[in-house]
Amino acid sequence: MTLMDSPTPLAPGIGLASSEPVTDWVRVCDVADLEVERGRAALLGDAQIALFLLHDGRVHAVSNFDPYSRANVISRGIVGSRADRPTVASPMYKQVFDLRTGACLDTQGKEPMSLPTWPVAVDGRRVLVQSVSQ
Amino acid sequence: MRFTATSRKHNADEGATPDAYGNAMTTDGDDTRIVVAGAGMVAHRFLESLLSRGGPEWRVTLIGDEPRHPYDRVGLTSFFAGSSPDDLELERAHVDDERVRFLRGDTVARIDRAASRVTTRSGVSVAYDHLVLATGSYAARLAVDGYDHDGCFVYRTLDDVESLEAFVRRRSAELGRPLVGTVIGGGLLGLEAAGALQGLEVDCTVVQSSDRLMSAQLDRPAGDALRRLIEARGIRVETESVTTRLDADRSGQVIGLEFRDGTYAQTDVVVFTVGVRPRDELARGAELDVHPRGGVVIDAACRTSDPRISAIGEVANFDGMCVGLVAPGYAMAEVAATRLLGGVAAFPGYDLSTKLKLSGVDVASFGDAFAETSGALDVVYADPVAGVYKKLVLSDDAKTLLGGILVGDASAYGSLRPLVGGALGGDPVAYLVPSGGVAASTGELPDAALVCSCNSVTAGTIRTAVHEQGCTDVSAVKSCTKAGAACGSCVMMVKQIVGAELAKSGAALSTALCEHFELSRRELFDAVRVSGLSTFSAVIARFGTGRGCDICKPVLASILSTLTGTHVLDGENATLQDTNDHVMANLQKDGSYSVVPRIPGGEVTPEGLLVIGEVARDFGLYTKITGGQRIDMFGARLEQLPDIWRRLVDAGFESGHAYGKSLRTVKSCVGSTWCRFGVQDAVGLAVQLELRYRGLRSPHKLKLGVSGCARECAEARGKDVGVIATEAGWNMYIGGNGGFTPRHAVLLAEGLDDDELLTAIDRFLMYYVFTADRLQRTAPWFEALDGGIDGLRGVIFDDRLGICADLDAAMARHVDTYEDEWRATLDDPEKLRRFASFVNAPTTPDPSLAYTAERGQPRPATDAERLGSGVPIAGTTLEVRR
Ligand SMILES: Cc1cc2nc3c(=O)[nH]c(=O)nc-3n(C[C@H](O)[C@H](O)[C@H](O)COP(=O)(O)OP(=O)(O)OC[C@H]3O[C@@H](n4cnc5c(N)ncnc54)[C@H](O)[C@@H]3O)c2cc1C
Ligand code: SF4
Repeated sequence: MTLMDSPTPLAPGIGLASSEPVTDWVRVCDVADLEVERGRAALLGDAQIALFLLHDGRVHAVSNFDPYSRANVISRGIVGSRADRPTVASPMYKQVFDLRTGACLDTQGKEPMSLPTWPVAVDGRRVLVQSVSQ
Repeated sequence: MRFTATSRKHNADEGATPDAYGNAMTTDGDDTRIVVAGAGMVAHRFLESLLSRGGPEWRVTLIGDEPRHPYDRVGLTSFFAGSSPDDLELERAHVDDERVRFLRGDTVARIDRAASRVTTRSGVSVAYDHLVLATGSYAARLAVDGYDHDGCFVYRTLDDVESLEAFVRRRSAELGRPLVGTVIGGGLLGLEAAGALQGLEVDCTVVQSSDRLMSAQLDRPAGDALRRLIEARGIRVETESVTTRLDADRSGQVIGLEFRDGTYAQTDVVVFTVGVRPRDELARGAELDVHPRGGVVIDAACRTSDPRISAIGEVANFDGMCVGLVAPGYAMAEVAATRLLGGVAAFPGYDLSTKLKLSGVDVASFGDAFAETSGALDVVYADPVAGVYKKLVLSDDAKTLLGGILVGDASAYGSLRPLVGGALGGDPVAYLVPSGGVAASTGELPDAALVCSCNSVTAGTIRTAVHEQGCTDVSAVKSCTKAGAACGSCVMMVKQIVGAELAKSGAALSTALCEHFELSRRELFDAVRVSGLSTFSAVIARFGTGRGCDICKPVLASILSTLTGTHVLDGENATLQDTNDHVMANLQKDGSYSVVPRIPGGEVTPEGLLVIGEVARDFGLYTKITGGQRIDMFGARLEQLPDIWRRLVDAGFESGHAYGKSLRTVKSCVGSTWCRFGVQDAVGLAVQLELRYRGLRSPHKLKLGVSGCARECAEARGKDVGVIATEAGWNMYIGGNGGFTPRHAVLLAEGLDDDELLTAIDRFLMYYVFTADRLQRTAPWFEALDGGIDGLRGVIFDDRLGICADLDAAMARHVDTYEDEWRATLDDPEKLRRFASFVNAPTTPDPSLAYTAERGQPRPATDAERLGSGVPIAGTTLEVRR
């Protein structure tokens, strides 16, 4: 959802060398494991999330579960933009979601449903996700 | 019209039949209570018209006896092409409006005019201030012995088509062969039904009692021309054939028909399309005026003999006639709603224009098609070889268009129909010669001319939408005015008007790909080619805005693939690929993939079959033979794909493009190598073609087929390029496709030798790849070319545009640089990284996958099964016992 650059004060303990989760921030992977505009799925406890590294260096985390097809495929969608909103289109039925809020911007004629999102912090080379979804 | 307080508040028989609906609606003294009997297309339009203009005081009770939301009956036949009942549903918002109560699946049984109430079959009684009858028609059956045997159907409702389809499937499974079917009645509906039966593999005959097909709309020569077109599609036609009896076997299943001339025909299924009968029984019971030939008599205000009751749609009889078309019904709905809202409106009379919606058969009839106006003149153009017959009916001074008939080429329908009653503007012959539809200009179309007859949208309304509502393309005009939103036959016309109006105001009809590129696909292709840019980021920085989307990214992926020949997963290319290209396999509904090994020409060795069998068994995959002569293996997880490819590559296979906008397969028959009839080696050629064009990215998917002789067992004419062997060489057909609007390929060139054929196909495919629009298949593409197929021949064979060298070079580069995309992925650790299931658990299977067994193979478990209904399900991989 948001990016916090390393100088920004994070939750206590974040930014230290520890790879252990501190409070509820979980280290999921390194930035180098991600690819610009090509998503990756990750496990966060029981949840499946989809991580996206954007062109401008920001990282977003949304649910990997596509509420329209009921399959875990969001990480495999095409990343793009609608006006100034970063988006992902589900590979299944092409609903388009705002990567920052999870809101559905193009429902393809269906009822609007949104994706849960998770706060993300990039700490140096590490990608941390807060394990409570919003 | 307004209602007085006293009439609104009457509550005569409330004690007798307590009723939540009627009572609830009478509590607020300002409400106006409308009851609509029937929830079909016309009722729906009435609701929409009333509610969009009326305030909160309107209370509507909608009662429909079909257990569904109102749906698009006109589109009923698309059910057989895969439209689900949900797809056919009409806009739900009007029914869900809080001012509406919908009694679904209930029937109005009685009208009590004295009490101003209706009673339904389930016993609900509803009071009305105004009652609207929109009960439509019954589909008639023939009054002959045996009309209701098992296997006899009518063609009117979703229930009808669902039971027809189920019957055909069950019966042909029982008999172990395709069915023989009969459609009784050769009108518009009969031909549609015959097309639908044919789609179910039923060998079909249309039986017509009069001397020609569509006798209500066509004259004899037009009927004859249509007959030839229908027969060319493989549907038999019997005219002047009167059915006298239907025969059944001992179990009551229909097995044959007897005709008046004593002949007998075998049949397994019968569909009656012999006309409709208005459902006017409610009106009869309430002693409203009913026409002797049926239908509730209405005046131009759509009122029945009781001014508090209106009738609209097919049940209404205006001027001695009921009409089975939706456009007049919509017009009546608007009139009735406008009148209730206090406005002035009158039903102008029927417009009987129609266009047949049977794909591949163009027929239209409009205005005074039979030249019944006194002194009317006919202008006729007929080309029996091409199966074309066109007639215009003109006023005695040959200046005013009165009507016409178009068979075999109805492209001019959209531009001619709005001109009825007005000056033709120019030589009538110009509208009849083959390119008439395109040449006819819309500039002089008067504002009052009706363009969309289904939704009564005039040229003026469309112009206003452009100038005052800021619509800049057809879809905006469609949502704004509803033009083209029903049967769609006027869409090209709408497009021309929008284009002309935009041009007037200095703008142009938007051909922009999406919000990121102002260019069309074709322009973008040229831009990339000329600029030599080779990455998406560079192209969008130079020619577009933003970061792209799921429309422009795959288009650029395809263009870059053609122009640079780089791998789909190379660098930034990997971020552009659509759903299946994204991982080079076919995404299935549960998020798993299917893998389809390439089997060029459908030729496979026994060892090859064993390998595929072993891979499927070892990975627990469901297998099925595809329509493209390959074997599809389903249920592969993302992280398994490389392992599966490795096994295939090691055994000499590559995976195949069963996906993407690319060459799919080259289907072939066994040809002269084995077949008694074959005249050339169809398999050999198919293998050669598939290996030559594999991996070619294109604006839409591409399929090829090769048959070894004119018997055409490979169905090559259903392909974008179909090759059929003759003694004299190869015949090349182009523009065929299956799917939603099936097309037969047409002959491009005859008697080609191997080299000539390859050159012709190379250029045809590359010209298409260079210039077609996004998602435009080959048929609409070449039809839109300058000069159509002749223009295309000029480009390919006579190099009229001087681009053949470019086309040849592009194809040569494609052929030379082709690499096995799957093997290349296996060889590149960077690419392989993308096949991890989770970035933090690369080999952990998606825990949400669950399968159950059916007929000895795995399939995705349904939601109910996952929720634990006792069906054994397995995560990820299922052991299937054999
Ligand atoms: C396959 C097919 C193709 C067609 N193609 C075209 C075409 O291309 N162009 C064209 O113009 N027209 C076409 N039509 C005709 C068009 O569909 C009809 O003209 C149109 O649907 C009529 O609308 P309606 O509302 O009057 O009747 P309907 O759509 O028949 O609706 C009437 C509804 O009222 C219900 N009903 C009846 N009595 C009662 C009762 N007592 N209580 C409660 N409910 C009741 C019926 O069950 C039905 O649902 C086609 C029809 C079919 C079947
Ligand atoms: S098309 Fe001709 S050659 Fe091919 S299988 Fe049929 S009959 Fe034989």
